[in-house]
Amino acid sequence: MMRLPKFTYRVPRTVADAVKMMSDAGAEGQFVAGGTDLYPNMKRRQQTPKTVISVTRLKELNQIAGDGRSGLRIGASVSLTDICEHMLINRDYPFVAQAARTISTPILRNMGTIGGNLLLDTRCNYYDQNYEWRKGINFCLKKDGEVCWVAPGSRKCWAVQSSDLVPLMVAVGAKLKLVSTLGERVVDAAGLYNDDGIDYLRKRPNELLTEIQLPPRNGWRATYKKLRRRGAFDFPVLGVAARLDLSDDGTVKDAKLILGGIAPAPVEVKEAEQALIGAPLDEERMQAAAESCYMKARPLDNTDFLMNWRKQMARPYVLRALQELREQ
Amino acid sequence: MIDEPRIHDYGDGANVHKKVSLEFGDMGEGFKEADLIREDILFYEGNTHLPMEQHAAVAHFDADHKLTLWSATQTPHYVHRALAKTLELPASHIRVIATPNGGGFGGKSDPFNHEIIVSKLSMMTGRPVKVTLTREEVFYCHRGRHPVLMKIRTGVKKDGAITAMDFQSFLDGGAYGSYGVASTFYTGALQTVTYNVPRYKFRGLRAFTNKPPCGPKRGHGTPQPRFALEVHLDKIAEELKLDPAEMRLKHLVQPFSVTANYLRIGSMGLGKCIEKVVEGSEWKKKFSNWDRENRKLPEGKGVGLACSSYICGAGLPIYWNNMPHSGVQLRLDRQGGVCVQCGSTDIGQGSDSILAYIVAEILGIDPFDIRVITADTDLTPVDLGSYSSRVTLMTGNAAIQAAERARELLTMAVAEKLSVPIENLSFADRRVFDVENPETGVTFAEAVVLAESKFGTIGTVGSYTPPRSPGRYKGAGVGPSPAYSYSAAVAEVDVDASTGIVTVERIWIGHDIGQSINPALVMGQVEGSVYMGLGEALMEEMTYRANRNVVHKFPSLLEYKSPTTLEMCDVVTYLIEDRDPNGPFGAKEVGQGPLLPVMPAIANAVYDAVGVRIDEVPITPEKVLTALRDKAKGREARFGPKRVPDVEWPQPLKVLTPAEGGDGKEMPRVAVHS
Ligand SMILES: Cc1cc2nc3c(=O)[nH]c(=O)nc-3n(C[C@H](O)[C@H](O)[C@H](O)COP(=O)(O)OP(=O)(O)OC[C@H]3O[C@@H](n4cnc5c(N)ncnc54)[C@H](O)[C@@H]3O)c2cc1C
Ligand code: SF4
Repeated sequence: MMRLPKFTYRVPRTVADAVKMMSDAGAEGQFVAGGTDLYPNMKRRQQTPKTVISVTRLKELNQIAGDGRSGLRIGASVSLTDICEHMLINRDYPFVAQAARTISTPILRNMGTIGGNLLLDTRCNYYDQNYEWRKGINFCLKKDGEVCWVAPGSRKCWAVQSSDLVPLMVAVGAKLKLVSTLGERVVDAAGLYNDDGIDYLRKRPNELLTEIQLPPRNGWRATYKKLRRRGAFDFPVLGVAARLDLSDDGTVKDAKLILGGIAPAPVEVKEAEQALIGAPLDEERMQAAAESCYMKARPLDNTDFLMNWRKQMARPYVLRALQELREQ
Repeated sequence: MIDEPRIHDYGDGANVHKKVSLEFGDMGEGFKEADLIREDILFYEGNTHLPMEQHAAVAHFDADHKLTLWSATQTPHYVHRALAKTLELPASHIRVIATPNGGGFGGKSDPFNHEIIVSKLSMMTGRPVKVTLTREEVFYCHRGRHPVLMKIRTGVKKDGAITAMDFQSFLDGGAYGSYGVASTFYTGALQTVTYNVPRYKFRGLRAFTNKPPCGPKRGHGTPQPRFALEVHLDKIAEELKLDPAEMRLKHLVQPFSVTANYLRIGSMGLGKCIEKVVEGSEWKKKFSNWDRENRKLPEGKGVGLACSSYICGAGLPIYWNNMPHSGVQLRLDRQGGVCVQCGSTDIGQGSDSILAYIVAEILGIDPFDIRVITADTDLTPVDLGSYSSRVTLMTGNAAIQAAERARELLTMAVAEKLSVPIENLSFADRRVFDVENPETGVTFAEAVVLAESKFGTIGTVGSYTPPRSPGRYKGAGVGPSPAYSYSAAVAEVDVDASTGIVTVERIWIGHDIGQSINPALVMGQVEGSVYMGLGEALMEEMTYRANRNVVHKFPSLLEYKSPTTLEMCDVVTYLIEDRDPNGPFGAKEVGQGPLLPVMPAIANAVYDAVGVRIDEVPITPEKVLTALRDKAKGREARFGPKRVPDVEWPQPLKVLTPAEGGDGKEMPRVAVHS
């Protein structure tokens, strides 16, 4: 059995306390929500905070407010199970519930939160291993080592953005509220992710994510398609989030196509979006968009499945997402 | 020959653990008679047992210097022997208790390092010592399915009758021997027990490599050749434009016959298994009949059929001796309680309950009246362990003998008391009574009191030794069994041509169990086999990082992909009961056999669905898509290995077949002058 290292566990009741505790803990502090990502990482000694500050008892972080007309605000500590089952989310933002339902297993969704999901550590087959295994290969760049075994020539870590909700949040233009002792700020989801497997968030470590804000649903539609080996447990090895804004005559006014699970950050495929905007959503356009996504997808050999096959899957998965949006 | 360094001091040299070369009958003549000779090369990737619980062991060396080991093992007797040898303690001072083990599948059959380590540490400290493996360590202990590369060459007549078969297998053994010699022989032993193979040649080689050692996993050494054989036969059926079910039905091995390699077949219900699954799956309405233009199912949907057979217990123990393979001790007490003691190990298959059912049946009492004590080398007579599907057949026969002996004692005492002839007494409903006058009788408990009053304490024993095999040649020890179980399966699949993803929708499986002693347990083994088969067919693989010192790629439950309940297909099970005279009440095995047809049935169904041959498992979407692309480009519509290594095989050991008048012994070697 793998055991957790020793740490101090703190449970603040207010946001102010939480950020204060974090500022006191300094570089050795880390927030935890459901712990389904952090605790396994701690057992494998990938992350070793000395102070762990729980965000699950913060009232503001456990609320869902608003609706499809005004926009929806989801507290960061809301569990994935609640996201899947929430009446308003299922009515006004069904794609969010749909994507959340593809995350791991029901048991894990009971613990895992939406905030934790959006801040999930990047993943790699050379990294998500226990200490002895990693030691056996002399570690790697992301933790304790010198070389990236996926791309030994590179000075960058290519660990993969593996959250199912991240591409979708970027596609729909969600905003995230971050709070620290210095104050609060609201950022675009798109701006939060950095294309570097180590430094994967454009967020200071002491910032608390309190809220996810979904924009009002004035006409646009969205969906998420996930590629994985099995119908449960597995992280995405390709995620396709698509959002379309169609005018009454069926012309695409605006489009967003975001690929997850293939790079350290979600990948926006502008070429595919351009292929769709300004024209009706016909088979030829959709094929063109799928082709652009295929060109842009450059997964490496650090997840399940062969990378070449994952790249090829961009075509059918993008096509399926667009076909579904056309039918919606 | 270059003098290569040896990896181990055992084995056949350098990195070769075992090299086998056997030839039964005149191969030249066999191939000459053939209308068609086909050759195929296939590969079976290694995979592991994946028991729910990791291995664990506790040892206690007590004050009077006796050692007790509690271990999650399938083979307490072999562990007992290994401990005596390595710890240099008298075996009589060692007690091994096999605990409930959270799944074995063959993975807890070797005596393991940790079992010896806890014992030694407890001897050194005088304190109890425990080791529980991490999941990662379980992957490294492994002893799972060997990766096997195979070449099969078969001659057939126009109607599919086999005239000769030449089989070669190359096993990647990993770092140590395990039961690898047996594994090597098993890759060549059971090809002959399903369809009539009049002449047969087998060459096998097991090599040591820098990987966790391979060993016995459910089906031990036979799923790989069975996969090769059944896919190969499917291709032959296509070349001959025969229905693969009918072709097989026509050439079944005869019941109560002896094969070319001297395996004695008993009851043989394969024909009924095939008929059942063909009928249940509506095979005739679904199978394309090799006509891609006029398909019955839509493109992308397909059905495939495969058959198999498995031993009901290895004919020989793993160390040479003349003693029984299984012993049972019965103790009857005055209150009417019956205690069955047997060294057998229940690893979830329900073998403890089998002992209770059998003894209860013979003594006419309820299984719940029986106390079963098993798998404790101090309390129970030796049973060799839970492997080779031997337990029901061997412990069952031993239990029958012990129970019949006890019944005899009770009968004598009751007959005397009631003054009725011995042959009139019957045991049922917890009573011993006169069949001609059922009111005249005593309760079972009274019968025990009468017997104990007459004979003293009532205890009986029973034991079982398998019949001697007709094979007398060197290497004849692997393959013989008191009986053979048979299975046939039809798989129906959906193949997504844009991704290569294969979904198995349903499997119909018929299994010849001889006689099911508890049908619920039998069905459980069949369905569990299908589940395991899906994993081996579609996703499971032990893979390693060549660029990083051959580390295991993902020794974890998350990344070693095995099906979840969501991947499980519907299963329709048919139990065929063709009683075997060697089985207890006619029973045969079910723990391993039903796994075997699943993988080739799926491979054959994939071909039926989309017209590409995936000649290796797992059949991953990558391989299917590659083959589909090749097909679209007009290349060979196949994914699989293309060649086997050039090996200097030893001169084969030649044996005349029974049909050629052979006596089971090898022919004297003729020196070849050239
Ligand atoms: C077997 C398994 C399978 C999985 N499969 C999937 C999958 O298919 N798809 C998927 O997307 N994920 C998957 N996950 C990952 C993970 O469980 C989920 O993403 C989950 O939503 C994470 O939420 P959490 O609350 O448990 O996060 P935690 O582990 O509590 O936190 C994750 C990270 O976020 C930080 N954090 C959490 N909350 C806050 C906050 N409010 N402010 C600032 N920082 C915060 C933590 O410090 C930590 O770095 C899987 C995990 C496991 C173990
Ligand atoms: S991508 Fe490279 S550096 Fe990053 S975790 Fe994997 S091996 Fe390590």
